Amino acid sequence: MIDKKILEGHNLTEKEFERIVELIGKEPNITELGIFSLMWSEHCSYKSSKAHLIKLPTSGKHVIQGPGENAGIIDIGDGLAAVFKIESHNHPSYIEPYQGAATGVGGILRDIFTMGARPIALLDSLRFGSLSLPKNRAITEGVISGIAGYGNCMGVPTVGGEVYFNPCYSLNPLVNVFCLGICEKDAIFYAKAEGEGNPVLYVGSKTGRDGIHGATMASAEFGEDLERKRPNVQVGDPFKEKLLLEACLEVMNKDLIVGIQDMGAAGLTCSTTEMASKSNAGIEIDLDLVPKREEGMTPYEIMLSESQERMLLVAKKDKVKDVQDIFAKWDLDAVIIGQVTVDERLKVKFEGEIVVDIPVKAVVDLCPVYNREIKIPTYLNSANQLEIVPLPEDLNQTFLRLLSSPAIADKQWIYRQYDHMVQINTVLLPGADASVLRIKNKKMALAITLDGNSLYTYLDPRTGGKVAVAEACRNLACVGARPVGVTNCLNFGNPEKPEIMWQFKEALEGISEACQVFEIPVTGGNVSFYNDTEGESIYPSPVLGVVGLVPNIDKTVSPGFKNEGDLIFLIGKNQDELGGSEYLKFIWDMERGLPPQINLEEEKKAHGLCLEAIDLGLLCSAHDASEGGLAVCLAECVFLEENKIGCEIRLEEQIHEDALLFGESQSRIVVTVKPEDQEDFIKLAQNRNVQVSYIGITGGRDLVIYHHDKKIIDLPILDAFKVWKQAIPNIFKVE
Amino acid sequence: MVFPGSNCDQDTYHVCKDVLEQECFYLWHKDHDLKNADCVILPGGFSYGDYLRSGAIAKFSPLMQELQDFAQKGGLVLGICNGFQVLLELGLLPGAMLRNKNLKFLCDHVYIKIENTQTPFSNRGERNHLLSIPIAHFDGNYYAPPETIEGIKRNEQIVYSYADVEGRITEEANVNGSIENIAGLTNEKRNVLGMMPHPERASESLLGSEDGRIIFESIILSLKQA
Repeated sequence: MIDKKILEGHNLTEKEFERIVELIGKEPNITELGIFSLMWSEHCSYKSSKAHLIKLPTSGKHVIQGPGENAGIIDIGDGLAAVFKIESHNHPSYIEPYQGAATGVGGILRDIFTMGARPIALLDSLRFGSLSLPKNRAITEGVISGIAGYGNCMGVPTVGGEVYFNPCYSLNPLVNVFCLGICEKDAIFYAKAEGEGNPVLYVGSKTGRDGIHGATMASAEFGEDLERKRPNVQVGDPFKEKLLLEACLEVMNKDLIVGIQDMGAAGLTCSTTEMASKSNAGIEIDLDLVPKREEGMTPYEIMLSESQERMLLVAKKDKVKDVQDIFAKWDLDAVIIGQVTVDERLKVKFEGEIVVDIPVKAVVDLCPVYNREIKIPTYLNSANQLEIVPLPEDLNQTFLRLLSSPAIADKQWIYRQYDHMVQINTVLLPGADASVLRIKNKKMALAITLDGNSLYTYLDPRTGGKVAVAEACRNLACVGARPVGVTNCLNFGNPEKPEIMWQFKEALEGISEACQVFEIPVTGGNVSFYNDTEGESIYPSPVLGVVGLVPNIDKTVSPGFKNEGDLIFLIGKNQDELGGSEYLKFIWDMERGLPPQINLEEEKKAHGLCLEAIDLGLLCSAHDASEGGLAVCLAECVFLEENKIGCEIRLEEQIHEDALLFGESQSRIVVTVKPEDQEDFIKLAQNRNVQVSYIGITGGRDLVIYHHDKKIIDLPILDAFKVWKQAIPNIFKVE
Repeated sequence: MVFPGSNCDQDTYHVCKDVLEQECFYLWHKDHDLKNADCVILPGGFSYGDYLRSGAIAKFSPLMQELQDFAQKGGLVLGICNGFQVLLELGLLPGAMLRNKNLKFLCDHVYIKIENTQTPFSNRGERNHLLSIPIAHFDGNYYAPPETIEGIKRNEQIVYSYADVEGRITEEANVNGSIENIAGLTNEKRNVLGMMPHPERASESLLGSEDGRIIFESIILSLKQA
């Protein structure tokens, strides 16, 4: 008998239970209930977000696959396709940072190679609590080691990402993992279960009791019983996954299978029902045939296990032997556990008896969709008020302090732990505006960036959403890449709270508007709700992963100053804005005001100029101004080349000097141009009607900034560099 | 040679085949045939996941018997990163690897200095010349007992050592803590080289350095001369 307590334990409401009974025409047994609870969880069903997600633009002439599959696919020309997606693994990473992050990497890699693509790059977007607390340092170190441990072993380079720190993530860190793969356009595989009687094969690791209820866990708030949830976290085996990757690609290459799906969240349950549902077919499996690593597992446990490194595939009837031979070569088992049927039902046998018999459509497609209540949060009334802060007496010292903020400081301590060069495609290393990967023997290259500023989104979700897209596209423009597709990871609190739902709706509409302006389709992603612990929600944290195409790899540009005597131009305008800035947060401990405003049309024009100037070979460097404003942007231009060339800057705007230096006005790019190219560059800007101003010249061993005739910044490069370089290693130094 | 878990096999193949335009092919660890190769390269990666000691399981691969014979007869064997670790486990090179001194995986560009040009893996280089080349490993902290180190030095088996940008062999430049800053080492007969840095990652200007080509070009030269 299913009672109230059991329903609660499965995160299902009584209404939802009634719907299940109606749909399947009987009261479900416990295994069937378990299956519904997983597939109808927020994590798998998107029941709270669906009503809003439809606002995103998802089509475009280069889209091969939009949302709904394991990953999105974009045609990049030359017969190739880019396959990419972002996923969150937030909840497991708090409970067990190393394994939580590691299995997050494992999961996103499977999403990519399941489609027939070889993964060529990983990036991650991380959010942790303040590093002044030892616990947060431990979580941070654990997550970084977990990402490194899995990605390095797999031989997929971790080429970039972003990391921010805020107390709101202390009890709920965010670990969003992005993967990009490439494949031949005509060799893509889908999660299909077609052809009556075709065998269903189980490949990869054996099934254990790990991860049971992982997806349901990710769909509820955390209380004080965290320790008890530890068994819900899966354990990763990257070596096994590497074998699985090579074996699957080999099988696909030889055209032996009909369809394939990885067993990620919701394991065997999700893979069987989704494959069947997508093909309007059914699946019949026998759990006695499933390879198990533990004794006495019940059908409930086998169906709900989230053991890692497993795949389900449907082979062509006469090719089973060939498939099994290839897996045997890689020391992997490929076991027939069932077959494709036509009755659109999932039938599961265990010890000779049918233990599950339910219609797959009910499980996959008929979950209720909620249009949840929304309400403007009251915190905004005070948070948006910004009193003027006094101008610091010593701007040099303030600048140095800002360079030591973990959000701004050099991240090499982190990315040095990731193999970011394996596969030898990494042209721009981590630290650049976007990561650039060549495609061997092709002229074009791919660029990727992850962006999202959750403080902006907290202060104004709609602007935060727009800025995330705009900044990502700006980062791409700085390396000479045009955006071709977006994947997003939307990390929010409990959607049953109307204020959270309002943040979600606003941010999503902002993202949607920006994607329309930049004409980039959203090809999928992930929604992670219930990022709350003990009643406290995280800041609304959308993360945008944007993939761009560099038409000619030889023309890509990096952020650092290249030569002495180059002219420095600013594309865009400095404005009197300080709200939501890292400067206010780090120096004044204020997370207030309105975030910098953004005009998407102006933004797009700035990108257009930058891209054409790069195409014409007019730029020596390009770097966008973001956290820490113009001053930090200039410092990075100096630091990011080995020979570290200084600069002398003159700014003329009549605005407050703190805003001038550290304000985070949008749509700004600092570029350098050789003196002989300046006329061409200025003419180009005029033709495109984009504001550019000459702000200074590169050279010397100091970073000097004048406001009118007053020197407001004057720092020896090496002093500033040391502060920026050492800040994060110092935090993690073992005493 | 490809082991389960190798992940720099395709990179090395690309450089040998597409960049240096040499004939090359993969050897599968389960086979018993070196297919008349002139030089065998053991690539980087995580053979068998490196769950035990790095390289400890790969040494039991079926093809190892043939590799041992090949090396005994003077055939050229290059082990890069995990390949170096495998060669140590096999006993084709002396010593062992410890965890990096900072106990973290390290991926970075470093400088290595050419200590000995009288080997098939460095004859295109100049003594004391610096190469800019990437490393990426967890267990690259080379160790051997003092008497072994003495022998290694006496026989001039150290081919590459970690140096700073000025070419000084300093503790700071010694990224992983290796004894004598050892980055690359041959056997006594000088036909087997193990090195932690990845020459295949520094063989194309687009990737920032072409210094790694010296290692491959040296091999090509010595094969031509033979």
